[in-house]
Amino acid sequence: MPNASVQAVGERLVRRDELVYADVDASPDTVVEQPLTIWERLYSNGVLRKVLILFCLAAIWEAYSLHMDNSLLFPRFTATVAAFWDALTNGSLLTQVGNSVRVLLIGYAAGLILATMLVVLAMMSRIGNDLLETLTSMFNPLPAIALLPLALIWFGLGTASLVFVLVHSVLWAVALNTHSGFQGVSSTLRMVGRNYGLTGFGYISKILIPAAFPSILTGLKIGWAFAWRTLIAAELVFGVSSGSGGLGWFIYENKNELNISYVFAGLFTVIIIGLAVENVIFRNIEARTVRKWGMQS
Amino acid sequence: MHQNKIAPLLDVNGVTLQYKTRDHLVTATYRVSFQVYKSDRFVLLGPSGCGKSTLLKSVGGYMRPTEGFVALNGKKVSSPGPDRMMVFQEFDQLLPWKTVKENVTFPLYSTGQCSRQEAEARAMNYIDKVSLSKFADSFPHTLSGGMKQRVAIARGMAMEPAILLMDEPFAALDALTRRKMQEELLQLWDDTHFTVLFVTHSIPEAVKLGNRILLLSPHPGQVKAELNSTGIDDIDPAAGTALSDRIHDMLFSDQVEEEEEVAHA
Repeated sequence: MPNASVQAVGERLVRRDELVYADVDASPDTVVEQPLTIWERLYSNGVLRKVLILFCLAAIWEAYSLHMDNSLLFPRFTATVAAFWDALTNGSLLTQVGNSVRVLLIGYAAGLILATMLVVLAMMSRIGNDLLETLTSMFNPLPAIALLPLALIWFGLGTASLVFVLVHSVLWAVALNTHSGFQGVSSTLRMVGRNYGLTGFGYISKILIPAAFPSILTGLKIGWAFAWRTLIAAELVFGVSSGSGGLGWFIYENKNELNISYVFAGLFTVIIIGLAVENVIFRNIEARTVRKWGMQS
Repeated sequence: MHQNKIAPLLDVNGVTLQYKTRDHLVTATYRVSFQVYKSDRFVLLGPSGCGKSTLLKSVGGYMRPTEGFVALNGKKVSSPGPDRMMVFQEFDQLLPWKTVKENVTFPLYSTGQCSRQEAEARAMNYIDKVSLSKFADSFPHTLSGGMKQRVAIARGMAMEPAILLMDEPFAALDALTRRKMQEELLQLWDDTHFTVLFVTHSIPEAVKLGNRILLLSPHPGQVKAELNSTGIDDIDPAAGTALSDRIHDMLFSDQVEEEEEVAHA
């Protein structure tokens, strides 16, 4: 082949023939797709791994309490579960949970309404914007529970005081996140919304709120977490109202009566409800919204 | 000649646009005038800083001229509206919480242009035109950049606006995709002969897509020339040079002069 590749001389480029390959089927030589073994698949399941961890923790708890053999300081895991079951079926646990959740929802809703009003003010005017920024930076670092003594003086023993501290724990987190979410909506999306001729409420509800939804949801989650912790802490002081305690009061009362396994059962319930809301309710909202929309990885 | 007797669809008349930055008042364009007629593929071409995007925004109604006016079908433009649908450069112009189909139907029914069923049929027609039928129920974040821009074009066209405003819609795409999109846009135009005002800083893109090209000089944007194009960069018999070379010379002649001035100083 006289005119095949010409060797380079000096600084010239090496000339080569062009190559065009036919399609080759790779499957006989390499693995294209192959199912994983059952262990590999089980191990890649996050829920299963966590259940395993919980199981180990429970086993360690049981072993340690057997070793201590002092049900007043450290009741056994099985005793706690039994106490939990007893409180649930025979005792007042469900009513107490109901009381706590009811107050929580009132406080949470009131907090959301106030947050909405504050954000609307902030969106409408510059001074409203400054107001929101000043108030959130002042009150956000203040733990809600620190306001409880004041609340007791102003509103007395009862639901009103609890709602007051709950509002304080929800309001600033939600307002701050919603507002920064609105401000973070890209100018392109804003222009698209106005291009559709949307103004006022339509513009806010159809463009701004969904576009800021990741931040809004974060605010709701933080607000919820603050509110739940604050509520339990506040209830430990005096219960929801004189007649009907609440979950914190359940713990406090049982401690006074030295039913320590019931104290553990109460703490257990606090954890379960907290986990359920964070991992079931909020996780589901996330999966149906921001994750589905690709607005949060 | 006969063209001048027909009223222009879009009349941009002596438009001066100014905006304020933190410590400057910037004049983006100075007394720019041009007319767009029905079915024009009108291109605004110029280097960065010539105010072409600002000009498009004022046609879109996002910005009021400090001097002159913009009129669509004889009515002065004062605010954004769905008769001037915009296609932006940014990929985030689709609403991420709506599927491809919902993105196209939403402006149709929210502006009251059609009922939901009509919107659906019309949207699917245009989604089909940009060959994304298979992705009608996908969310935007699962699409590539080129596909997102195609959705935005379908959304704009489905509204059947008086004029479609395109702000460098292909600038953020890779070169291969951009070329394909340009061809698709021309095919779409062959279909429906919609009127489009297209902003670009690419001379080849302007020559390929436009039938009329407005050249703008920078700082502030002023009209340098208004040229015709047949889409194939043909050689002008009078000047003896290709259209793109003529454009290049016109756009960059100033710069050479400026550099000379600097050299003399």
